[in-house]
Amino acid sequence: MSERVNVEKKSPAPGNTPDGTEPDGAQPGNTPDGTQPGGKRGDKSGGRRAGGASPVAAAKAEAVLPTLGPVGMLRWAWTQLTSMRTALFLLLMLAVAAVPGSLFPQRPTNPSVVTQYIKDHPDYGKILDSLQLYDVYSSAWFSAIYILLFVSLIGCVVPRAIAHYNAMRSQPPRTPARLSRLPEYGTLVIPADAGIPASRAITDAAALLKKRGYRVDVRDRDGARPSVGAERGFLREVGNLVFHTSLIGVLVSVAVGGLFGYSGQRILVEGDTFVNTLVGYDQFTPGTNFQSSQLQPYSVQLDKFQITFDRESKGKFGQPIDFKADVTTKETPDAPAKKEVLKVNDPLSLGGTSLYLTGNGYAPVVTVRDGAGNIAMQGPVVAKLQGDNYYSSVVIKVPDAKPEQLAFAGFFLPTAFVTDKGVSFSGDPELINPQLTLNSYYGDLGLNDGSPQNVFELDVKKLTPLNARNLETKGIILTPGTTHTLPDGKGTISFDGVKRYVGVDIHHNPGQLYALIFALLAVAGLVTSLYVNRRRVWVRTGTHADGRTMVEYGLLARGEDHRLASEATAVRKLLAGAWDLDDSQSAPSGGVDNDRADTTLPGAGAEQDSPDHPAADFIQSTAGSSESKKDQ
Amino acid sequence: MFPINETMGQYSELFMLLAAGTYTVAFIAFAWDLAKSSKMLRAVDLRAAELAAAEAGRVPVGAGVGASSAAVDRADSDVAGPVGRAERPSSSSAHAAAGNASGIGGTADGAMRYSAERRAPARVAVALTVLGVAIHAAGVITRAIGSGRVPWGNMYEFLTTGAFVVVAVFLVVLIKRDLRFLGTFVVGLAIIMLVAASVAYWTPVGHLVPALQSYWLIIHVSIAVMSSALFTLTFAMSALQLVQSHRQKTIAAGGTDKLGFMRLVPSALSLENLSYRINAIAFVGWTFTLMFGAIWAEKAWGRFWGWDTKEVWTFVIWVVYAGYLHARATRGWTGTRAAWLSIVGYLCVVFNFTIVNQFFNGLHSYSGL
Repeated sequence: MSERVNVEKKSPAPGNTPDGTEPDGAQPGNTPDGTQPGGKRGDKSGGRRAGGASPVAAAKAEAVLPTLGPVGMLRWAWTQLTSMRTALFLLLMLAVAAVPGSLFPQRPTNPSVVTQYIKDHPDYGKILDSLQLYDVYSSAWFSAIYILLFVSLIGCVVPRAIAHYNAMRSQPPRTPARLSRLPEYGTLVIPADAGIPASRAITDAAALLKKRGYRVDVRDRDGARPSVGAERGFLREVGNLVFHTSLIGVLVSVAVGGLFGYSGQRILVEGDTFVNTLVGYDQFTPGTNFQSSQLQPYSVQLDKFQITFDRESKGKFGQPIDFKADVTTKETPDAPAKKEVLKVNDPLSLGGTSLYLTGNGYAPVVTVRDGAGNIAMQGPVVAKLQGDNYYSSVVIKVPDAKPEQLAFAGFFLPTAFVTDKGVSFSGDPELINPQLTLNSYYGDLGLNDGSPQNVFELDVKKLTPLNARNLETKGIILTPGTTHTLPDGKGTISFDGVKRYVGVDIHHNPGQLYALIFALLAVAGLVTSLYVNRRRVWVRTGTHADGRTMVEYGLLARGEDHRLASEATAVRKLLAGAWDLDDSQSAPSGGVDNDRADTTLPGAGAEQDSPDHPAADFIQSTAGSSESKKDQ
Repeated sequence: MFPINETMGQYSELFMLLAAGTYTVAFIAFAWDLAKSSKMLRAVDLRAAELAAAEAGRVPVGAGVGASSAAVDRADSDVAGPVGRAERPSSSSAHAAAGNASGIGGTADGAMRYSAERRAPARVAVALTVLGVAIHAAGVITRAIGSGRVPWGNMYEFLTTGAFVVVAVFLVVLIKRDLRFLGTFVVGLAIIMLVAASVAYWTPVGHLVPALQSYWLIIHVSIAVMSSALFTLTFAMSALQLVQSHRQKTIAAGGTDKLGFMRLVPSALSLENLSYRINAIAFVGWTFTLMFGAIWAEKAWGRFWGWDTKEVWTFVIWVVYAGYLHARATRGWTGTRAAWLSIVGYLCVVFNFTIVNQFFNGLHSYSGL
């Protein structure tokens, strides 16, 4: 995943010999690799594969592809699916596939808007629906992409975890024959009179590297050219694996929430009590595996709801700046009552659920008497917000009125104003001049057959109007404390006062905490994988003919590591400090060191130098090199 | 809730205008620097070419090619060295630096460290930018005092504070790296943001709506703005990387170098390496933005993820940059393609900030205007 695959789109300059065309025993010193410190040394295989020479092509042409067979096909498909390229492709597909969900209305959030959208666009609205563009995030194609992505991810993570587990248990890799070919390379010379033989130098180096967090392995300690291999930064890959595994964890947590969670809404007028049972909800959305026994019968009573409006700034005059609901809660029916405050951004936790303040408005309190003078309906009516300053619509259905059922529909305005043209609007969100303007109807409300109706909508088709603006009777205009008598002795309606109501969302999501934990793990893994560097250090020592102990070291990073050079400097400083070497003029950067090592190596000699005699050669070359350093 | 101080708000607007004015002068200075340096470079090229010709044609090719041979060499090895760049970015940059040292004076350093070369206009430009950012900071702070809260509660404040963060981040990076070649872009963007804020989105100081009254506003939005600022830098670098890589290819193929000022810009590979490092930081920041946004959404709306338009686009951006990080590890996707991903990611950031805030209905709409 984060491990980089080397790319061989090499285009060597004319005249240079690409690695690949040479036999394996090519002399790297003559290739661009050997002469350019910034080149691609250390990746012979990459160069080899890059060779686009004709013999290879010929061999390819001759080769007969073996038939795969069903198992082979599966294996091939699996390899393709778990390849980095596929994962990247799926990732980008996921990004593209998520976009339509922001362009078209979505059913889970706005079912009514979707219905309206299909109505408004008869030409293509239905087509979009058949393409599941109103349910993007549960659509077959979106699911297919992310499921494939996660399968690909698992197929990548598991083998890498196994490989890394093995790598963590194995010793640092063997010491390369020529350390000078590593990206960071340097040499140190311990004077003969210091009395530090090669074997002691190597144990010192091993101890220092170990202290620095490296895992070390000393090789051939008492031999002529002892060396130590050291490696650190195994956490990088661990972080990488944790990151990707945690993403799976997040996905599973979301699924758990969808299976066992539930959510619902309830509107509470001041004085109302909500009891957490199925009948207590106005709207309820259970998860797939929801059971009603999950609901703990706690209760919440809305005592008072207060809104603070902005009276300071000119631009936002009248904008609400604080909502505060005082509630009385009981964990169980028998538990002691508790006073609590519910605010936006500050949900209540009760009985394993969270309660959120998501809406509010006015509920005018009305009393309707029927023709016989009996109270047919009394209480607050929730007014639905329609426009600015709590301009709200009101629907009152009175099925109990006799002899005929009554209904009212109209508007509630907390601060009523009427323009010259007769258009009424609300001038302020607070109750400065509250007014109810209503039309009235009588007839069969259609509630008796038990079919559900929207309480906020009135179907007037089967009703006979009593009061309306275009009738002689005119509309009803009520202010608090007033009563209007309906024509034809159908009854009266009184506006008794105004209460406030709140909309409360109740959510239970058992996956949420796990999602958070996995998300935190993912971030920790991400940071680790980006900022822990996996590095290898090798140190080799040898004794010069004149008794000096010669030390060379090389560093190699796995993956991106822009601080390898400073690590090399730090290691050099540590070694020099341990042996009391005056290294003040030192701390050369890797590139410079490489240059020096390369240029001082006698070309032919270096190449003939078999892996068995690296140190001898190094001693020759570094003797000169350290001299030249002094000359600077 | 702190009372509103309208006077402070007016001071803030004055500071914003002053900052925009200072940035404009800085912008001119940065542009001057680019023009002057490319002229100077051409002169140096010419002199080198004459020298080469005078030295009895050790370089048998035309003078123009000879002059830019150092650059060609470096470009060539860089382009040819994708293997090296993965394994050893440190030494490749060291190499680029070495190549530069032997090359023509004033050519951008691969490691983007400061060279001994004095660029007077650039110094003036940076000094002016520092002055501008100080005035800008005063504007942001007075806005915060005026409204009695963090200054990022609506589009006007996002833009003014965002522009400040973009310039501040740029200046902080300038301490360590010579990214002055990005000056025109960064300062120009800051000017555009300030002007857009004052003209199109001007909003007087005011209180926050209850939904925004949360400490998560401070955490979530500040990290989002910071990451966006970093993405801005990498966007510019990726765009330059594309131009530079095209130019390098042209030169390598023996074409003429029409974009002389690009000499000031480091090699495509150096740009790619540095923008990768900055993008990695910004990606972590964006991950936090996403996560803290989800935590806040849970607190405010009762669910941590609901595919709200803003959530969708934040997710899209995250996925695109995740793709970018992966592209760097995928055969055939490094270099130019990765740069394109970085650019697409930034376009998504801009889209998310402008179009989504204004024209898409969603739960974040109230924070817009």
